[in-house]
Amino acid sequence: MSFLRSPAVQNAAPTWRLLVASVVALLAACSSVPTPTLAVAPADAAAQRQWLDRVSWGANADDARQVASVGVPRWLGAQLHPRPAPLPAAAQAQIDAMRISRTPLEQLARELEDQRKAADALADDDAKKAARQAYQQALNQLAREAQQRFLLRALYSPNQLQAQMTWFWMNHFNVSTRKANLRALVGDYEETAIRPHALGRFRDLLGATLRHPAMLRYLDNAQNAANRLNENYARELMELHTLGVGGGYSQDDVQALARVLTGVGVSLREDGAPPPRLRPELQAAYVRDGLFEFNPARHDMGPKTLLGAPITQRGLAEVDEALDRLARAPATAHFIANKLAVYFVADVPPPALVERMSATFQRSDGDIAAVLTTMFESPEFTASLGRKFRDPVHYVVGSVRLAYGGRVVASMDPMIGWINRMGETLYAHETPDGYPLTQDAWASAGQMTTRFEIARALGANGAVLFRGDNQAPLEKPPFPPLAESAPVRDGLPALSSATRQALAQAATPQDWNTFYLASPEHNHR
Amino acid sequence: MQRRDLLKLLAVAAPLGGGTGRLMAAPAADGARLLVVFLRGAYDCANLLVPISGAASDFYRSARPGIAVPMPGEANGALPLDGDWGLHPALAGSLLPLFQKKQAAFIPFAGTNDLTRSHFETQDSIELGQALDGGRDYRSGFLNRLAGVLGGGPLTAVAPIAFTDQLPLVMRGEAKAANMALGNVGRQGIDARQSQVIAAMYRDTALAQPVAEGFAVRDEVLRSVKAEMDAASRNAMTAKGFELVARRMARLMKDRFDLGFVDVGGWDTHVGQGAGTGYLATRFEELGRGVAGFAEEMGEAAWRDTVVVVISEFGRTFRENGNKGTDHGHGTVYWVLGGGLAQAGGRVVGEQVALTQPGALFQNRDHPVLNEYRAVFGGLFARMYGLSPAQLDHVFGGVAPKDLALV
Repeated sequence: MSFLRSPAVQNAAPTWRLLVASVVALLAACSSVPTPTLAVAPADAAAQRQWLDRVSWGANADDARQVASVGVPRWLGAQLHPRPAPLPAAAQAQIDAMRISRTPLEQLARELEDQRKAADALADDDAKKAARQAYQQALNQLAREAQQRFLLRALYSPNQLQAQMTWFWMNHFNVSTRKANLRALVGDYEETAIRPHALGRFRDLLGATLRHPAMLRYLDNAQNAANRLNENYARELMELHTLGVGGGYSQDDVQALARVLTGVGVSLREDGAPPPRLRPELQAAYVRDGLFEFNPARHDMGPKTLLGAPITQRGLAEVDEALDRLARAPATAHFIANKLAVYFVADVPPPALVERMSATFQRSDGDIAAVLTTMFESPEFTASLGRKFRDPVHYVVGSVRLAYGGRVVASMDPMIGWINRMGETLYAHETPDGYPLTQDAWASAGQMTTRFEIARALGANGAVLFRGDNQAPLEKPPFPPLAESAPVRDGLPALSSATRQALAQAATPQDWNTFYLASPEHNHR
Repeated sequence: MQRRDLLKLLAVAAPLGGGTGRLMAAPAADGARLLVVFLRGAYDCANLLVPISGAASDFYRSARPGIAVPMPGEANGALPLDGDWGLHPALAGSLLPLFQKKQAAFIPFAGTNDLTRSHFETQDSIELGQALDGGRDYRSGFLNRLAGVLGGGPLTAVAPIAFTDQLPLVMRGEAKAANMALGNVGRQGIDARQSQVIAAMYRDTALAQPVAEGFAVRDEVLRSVKAEMDAASRNAMTAKGFELVARRMARLMKDRFDLGFVDVGGWDTHVGQGAGTGYLATRFEELGRGVAGFAEEMGEAAWRDTVVVVISEFGRTFRENGNKGTDHGHGTVYWVLGGGLAQAGGRVVGEQVALTQPGALFQNRDHPVLNEYRAVFGGLFARMYGLSPAQLDHVFGGVAPKDLALV
C-alpha cells in the first residue's frame, strides 16, 4: 500500500517504535477495507480531540498521534472493520496469565462443577465450609479476571471502537454475575458471543447470545420446558433485545416464544458422552454444541403462532425462524438504531438521524458497522461532540487513558473500585435491562460528589495503578502529569472561563489534576 | 368531561381543600415525613399475604403445590392477621408486632393498570405517576411533583432525598432533590476549599444544582454517620445490610429530610422461590428487619408523624410456574406503616375480592388491580398534608383520590 511509504511512518522509525508497531497493526487492519470514503473530518485539533473522545474510550496521546498520522477516515475505517491487533505486551501478558484465557469454557465449567460437588460431599462441617468458600472464591476470581481483561482492552486495544461496542452489547444483552454461577461464564460470554459480533450482523449477535449458557442461565431458559413454561427469557428477548416495549407483541406472543424456546438449555456432559436417552423419533432433533443443548424431549412440539404468523419449522429450527423474524422486524431496526444513537450521540437523539440509521439497519440486514457509519457521517453526530455525559465506566477509563496514555496499568483494583463506587460495576447489573445510558441516571447529586472524590483519588494518587501489591510504596510523584499531556493541551482553548479560573486556583499539581478531572468539560465526551 | 376540569372547578371553589383531608399530625403538616420503599422485581405478594380460610385458601394451595406458605399452626405456617389473611412467617419478629400495635396496614389488589408486565416499563410508569394514555414526561416523577406542591404550601420547607446512588425517576423533576446511597459511606476526600472551587466551575452549567446539593448532603450524611460510629464504638449493635441503611435513613429523616425514597432489589423470583422458608422468605425477613429498625430508630415522637409505604411494580402469577417460581403478574400488595395510622392500622384495607376459582383471577392469571396506586397515594397525600384538589391534581393529574383513611 502506498501508505507504507508515507513520511510520517518513515520519520517515526527510531524513537517511535511503539507507534510504528501500532501503525503496522492498523495497516493490516486496513488491508481489506475499500479506499475510505467516509465523510468525516473534524475541523481542528480541539475538534479532533473531542471526536476521539467519542469514538474511542477517551482521547489519549497515542491515538491522537495515530489519527493525525493516517487521517480520520482511514483510522475510522479500520475501527469499523477491526482486525486482530496486538495489545501492548505488558497488557497482553496480564491477560495471558488469566485462568479464563487458559481454560476453555467447557473444561472450566466442569472443573467448577466437580469442585462444588466435592465440597458438598464433605462430611466434616468445617471442611465443607472451607471448601465451599474456596469454590466461591474461585468464581469471584473468574469474574474479576473478566473485569480486568475488559479494562485492559478498553484502555489499550488499538480497536477502540470494538472495545466500546463490546461494552454496549454486553449491556444490551446484559447478564449478571450476581446470579448463580454466572461468574464462571461471563468472561466467555463476552469473548465468544459478544466481541466477535460487536461490529458485525445483529442477527449473528442475537443468535450467539441465545446459544450461550450465560444467557440461558441468567434468564432461566435452561429451565424452560414443555408444560413447565418459564416466560422470562422470551419476554426480555422481545422487550429488551429486539422489538422494544411497544414493538407490537402481546402476552400471547410472549407465551408462544417461550414455547419455541422450550428445550433450549445447558448441558455439562462431556463432549464424547452419549446424548440422553430419547424416544427414537426425537433422537435426530437432539443438538449439543459445547455447553449448549437442545433437548427435544423438553420441547413443546405443538404448532405455534408468533407475531401474527405461524412458525413453520420444527424443533431447534423454530428458534432460528423466530430470531430471523425478530431481527428483521422494522421495530427492531428502530429500537437498536435509537439505542445506538442514545449511546453515541444524545440522550434524546435527533429523530431524523435515528430514522436514517434505522433505514441503514434494514437495508443492510442489520450490519452494525454500516449503521454506525451512517451515524458517524451525520452532521448530528458532529454537532453533538463534547455534549454527552460520561457514564462511570467512560469516566474512569477515559480519565486513566488521558492521565497515563499507553503506560500499562499494573493493578486494576483501583479502577474496579472506582467504577463500583459509582454504581456501574462491570457485569453486575442485576436486571436484564442493563445500565442506563443517559445523563439523568448518572449526574445526580450523590453521583457527582462521588465522581469528584474519584477525580481526587486519581489526580492526587494515580500511582496506585502502577504497584503490583497494595502494600508497596507509591512511586514519586504519586500523581499523573496531566497538565503536560498533549490531549489536555489541545483541549485547553475550549475550556470555559469558569474551568480556567478553577485551574488557576490550584495550589498544587494534585489540585490541578483534581479540578481538571472534576471539570464539566472532562465529564462529557 | 372531565374529571380534571371538575377538580379544577372545585379547586377554585375551595382553595384550601376543606373536606378533602385532615392534617395528620397537629398542629401542622410540618412534621410529616413520608418514605416510599420500592421493591424492584415485582415481589410475590401471594406469599406475603396468604389466604387462610375456605375456598380462597384451597384455591391458593392448589395453584401453588410447591410454594404455598403452610397454614397457620403448621411448621413455618402463615401468621393469622384476621379471618381471611395470614402473614408470611418470616415477618413474625418485625412486621407482625407493628401490625398488632396498629402501626401497619396492607392494601391488597393494589397496583397500576399498566399491562405490559414489563418490570422496566411498569417501574417507570409508576414512578412517573402520569396517565397511561398520554405521552410520558420523563422529567417529572410523582414524588418530585409532591415536593413541588408541598414546598409551595402546607410545609414551610421540604427536603426530598433518594437513598440511592442514582436519582430515581420518581424524584426527578423541577423541585430540587438530593440523593446518596447509605450502604457504603466513605471518608471525605474533597475538602471544603476544593468543594467550593469545584462548585464554582459548575455554577453556570445545567449541573450546578446537583453539584451544590451533593456537597451539602455529603456533609450532612458524614455528620450522621460519625454519630453512628461513635455509638458503635460504645458497644452498640451495628446493623447490617438493608437494616443498616434503614436505620441511617431514619436518623437523616428525623433530623433533616422529610420526603424519602429507597429501593430494594432481588424480588424477581422465576425459579425456586421457596415457601415458608427459602429465598423469598430470606428477602422478607431482611426487609422486615429494615422497616422495624427504621421505626425504632425514628423514635416514638417522629414515628407518629411518619408514613412508610412499600410498593412494587406489579405482582406475580397466582399459579406457580414449572420451576417452583412465579412469572410476571398484575396486582400486588402495598404495605403502609407509621406510628400514627388511623383506623387502617392493624387491618387489611381497600377494595378486595376473594380469589376462589380461576374466573376470579385477572386474565385467568393474576391478582386483579382494584386499588389503583395513584388514587391510593392521592388519598394518602390528601390526609397527610391536607392537600387541596388542585394540589392533588398537580401530583396525579385527573385522578380522583381514594380515601382509605390510612392516617
